Amino acid sequence: MKIPTDRKYLATHEWFKPEGDLLVVGISQFAADELTDITFVDLPAVGTKVQAGKAFGEIESVKATAELISAVSGAVAEINAALADAPELVNGDPFHKAWMVKIKPGDRSGLDALMDAAAYESHCAAGAH
Amino acid sequence: MATNTTASPTGTRLPRDEDHPLIFERGAAGASAAWLPPSDVPCVDPAFAFGEDAVDTAGPEIPEIGEMDLVRHYTRLAQRLFSVDANFYPLGSCTMKYNPRVNERAAAMPGFARLHPYQDEADVQGILELFHRLRLALQEISGLAEVTLQPAAGAQGEMTGLMIINAYHRSRGENRVKVLTPDSAHGTNPATCTICGRQACTVKSGADGRVDLKDLRDQVDEQTAALMITNPNTVGVFDEQIAEIAKIVHARGAQLYLDGANMNALLGIAKPASFGVDAMHFNTHKTFSTPHGGGGPGAGPVGVAEHLRPFLPVPQIVRRENGTYGWDEDRPKSIGKVRSFYGQSGVLVRAYTYIRALGGDGLRDVAEKAVLSANYLAARLRHRFEMPFPPPYAHEFIMVPRFAGSDVTETDIAKRLIDFGIHPPTMSWPIHHCLMVEPTETESLDTLDRFVAAMLTIADEIENDPERVRTAPHTQPVRRVDEVSAARKPNVRWRPQ
Repeated sequence: MKIPTDRKYLATHEWFKPEGDLLVVGISQFAADELTDITFVDLPAVGTKVQAGKAFGEIESVKATAELISAVSGAVAEINAALADAPELVNGDPFHKAWMVKIKPGDRSGLDALMDAAAYESHCAAGAH
Repeated sequence: MATNTTASPTGTRLPRDEDHPLIFERGAAGASAAWLPPSDVPCVDPAFAFGEDAVDTAGPEIPEIGEMDLVRHYTRLAQRLFSVDANFYPLGSCTMKYNPRVNERAAAMPGFARLHPYQDEADVQGILELFHRLRLALQEISGLAEVTLQPAAGAQGEMTGLMIINAYHRSRGENRVKVLTPDSAHGTNPATCTICGRQACTVKSGADGRVDLKDLRDQVDEQTAALMITNPNTVGVFDEQIAEIAKIVHARGAQLYLDGANMNALLGIAKPASFGVDAMHFNTHKTFSTPHGGGGPGAGPVGVAEHLRPFLPVPQIVRRENGTYGWDEDRPKSIGKVRSFYGQSGVLVRAYTYIRALGGDGLRDVAEKAVLSANYLAARLRHRFEMPFPPPYAHEFIMVPRFAGSDVTETDIAKRLIDFGIHPPTMSWPIHHCLMVEPTETESLDTLDRFVAAMLTIADEIENDPERVRTAPHTQPVRRVDEVSAARKPNVRWRPQ
């Protein structure tokens, strides 16, 4: 599995990629594969405040429902509206096309504790869910 | 009409689904299965009575069908049901035990079935005595000081229990906002915390499926209202640390709440009060063989320790000094009513019948056989199916099917079991890719052996003919349904073409 090295990862399988003064957030291919066919992505409205370590949205598959966790506090600047009609994008291209939200972080310190691609890869290999 | 059929392993031939139209697609204009007598009151023009706007001149689009076709339609559907009356149903966590017929007989007795809740107390002493006796029986089984029968389901029992705990803390001038639940908890536990205005916090489990005591110690504090725990837990192991867990929780003034979902493994063996439980609910449909229903009616009696008694819901069933039975409303600290009247009386009659039919020794036998059946199946399947938690198990166990070089999933195995006349086990919960098997105490050794044989056959197929498993079921009127489209683009209403 190819894990992009241009971003960082939470143990709960969300990725965070800097883009100007925003952070793009999505879930990893490992998470999408584990969830199987995604049927619904519930994202917050633009402007919603998010908190580090707390859920900002929910994702549903035919098998399970999972919370989407933010690594930083801040406000939602943009959401990927395409996912509302095409949740299957998350299965197909979770690292690029199926980004979920862009957050304007109030404080980026939460990012320091995140895993890089290599650490995340061994986290997945260890079977940690 | 041409009928496509497929032979099942047992030789039964089941017609394909497309040969059976929906009820809306059957019948002919004017056909009917009902004849109404002529009206003996003068007809009133509805347009005159209700106004032109209120009248639908087109009439309802409901099926018109003769009685014989109507009976056949529903009989055919009924014959397709997969039920515990017809099939082994090892659906883990759900405890699909047999519902004895004698329960139905008791509940149908006119003295119970034809009562009205507004009848005078003196005329309904029979059911009141039954409520009181059931209350005493559940107190005996749990070891707790007092039980309310009012909650109408397990989840409502949880809510009642947590409301009682909150009321207790408030009475001591404390407002505790946190409730801890282990990561193996049923989804209803955190939901209950949220409904009761508390914040649900997760406590980690160790690799053996038991609570991580260090994490519990770190998290429980003076803000913690309770720990909600299921024991045996949802991965099928009994947490022997429970007395220690109770000590840790109580040391900070928090309460220990037991989700009684798995009481089937403890009946007559251990009383929750004896390992430190302050409050718990029973699921009568799991433990005491009342029907699982289609979401109801149900019952979720709640038991509490001495210090929580003042907060129980009103009214409470009591036996008066003169030997009559009635309601006690005089409980000023009560959380109030949680259900109209006194809960689901028909369900309570069934639970009481089960308890009395078995007696104390019989109930203990239930737990022993449920545990023995689960461990028997696990022991016979261990060499082929990976089991992530070490035995012994309680009344259920988890396996994670992994076969070298195979992409067959737990779903495929579950679907293939249907071909053997066995209901699929619980899938993909509480851990990824698992199957959770709960045979219950009511299955014979012969049935358990048939399950083992089916699972071993499927294991062989995964290695030699995986396509057969991946495309199962082969014997049913409906094969693989398209779950993905059903979830992404649900079509929930029939419309004429």
